[in-house]
Amino acid sequence: MISCDEAAVICNKNQYGEASFVDKLKFRFHVFLCKTCSVFTKKNTHLTTLCEKANLQGLSEQEKLRMKEQLQNKP
Amino acid sequence: MAALKFTEGTKNLQLIKSNSVTFDIQKKKMTAHQLQPNSWVDSYADYLFNYAVVRVSDAEIAKDLVQETFFAGLKSAKNYKGDAAERTWLIAILKRKVIDHYRKINSNKGKAEVRMKYSSSSDSEGDWLEQQVADPYSTLENSAIENEELGLAIHSCISKLPKKQAQVFKMKTIQGISTEDICNELDINPSNLWVMIHRARTALMGCLNENWY
Repeated sequence: MISCDEAAVICNKNQYGEASFVDKLKFRFHVFLCKTCSVFTKKNTHLTTLCEKANLQGLSEQEKLRMKEQLQNKP
Repeated sequence: MAALKFTEGTKNLQLIKSNSVTFDIQKKKMTAHQLQPNSWVDSYADYLFNYAVVRVSDAEIAKDLVQETFFAGLKSAKNYKGDAAERTWLIAILKRKVIDHYRKINSNKGKAEVRMKYSSSSDSEGDWLEQQVADPYSTLENSAIENEELGLAIHSCISKLPKKQAQVFKMKTIQGISTEDICNELDINPSNLWVMIHRARTALMGCLNENWY
């Protein structure tokens, strides 16, 4: 039986599709027994769907750096 | 003489107080908000970009608009009265920039530019035939506005995170960079990364819980 902390890590990895098969099995077993982690998993998965739904867009660090440089050079 | 002593006294008092925040606020006529242009890009670039990109639906144009907003903000910083929060003020400028953008492309000069199109209808979004096929599974139109607000809500929640966590979360979730690459770039180990992701996600869940539902 894995601990809740380990389960949380696997759950997070799973949100990005990076959990291994064995990890997933361990995780399923844990969630089956642990109420708290089951709630956490539900919320976490919901957050992922929200992020996908919002179609988040962001600027990369390089682009931000270039912006900063231009801002400083302008005045 | 007494007055001189008194001013000396206040000077000393000010020296003592100069380290505290209250002194700065008193000096600047009690303005509620202040501009900090140096932190604009870090704090608001993503938020403004998200706002712009759903309105002009082109990442490059949106980027330019955000940049112009920062320039305009710097230029008119002295007109900032401190009534609104920094972000609200910048959004107001960006809103004007978006309007200006549409005005420009619809002006005579903009219309004179030759634009090649595959379809004759000018108001459709996609030019290519593939983009005009109706998508039977699309629910986007129904909740486009809601999703836009959701995006802004998520971004303002992200901006409340500690800088490092926000950076990792953005790289992983928004830009979809692989774990290995992030670890190499930021010089951290994977378990470190997952701890940061975990904290960021937990904080986001709480924040969205308060502000979105």
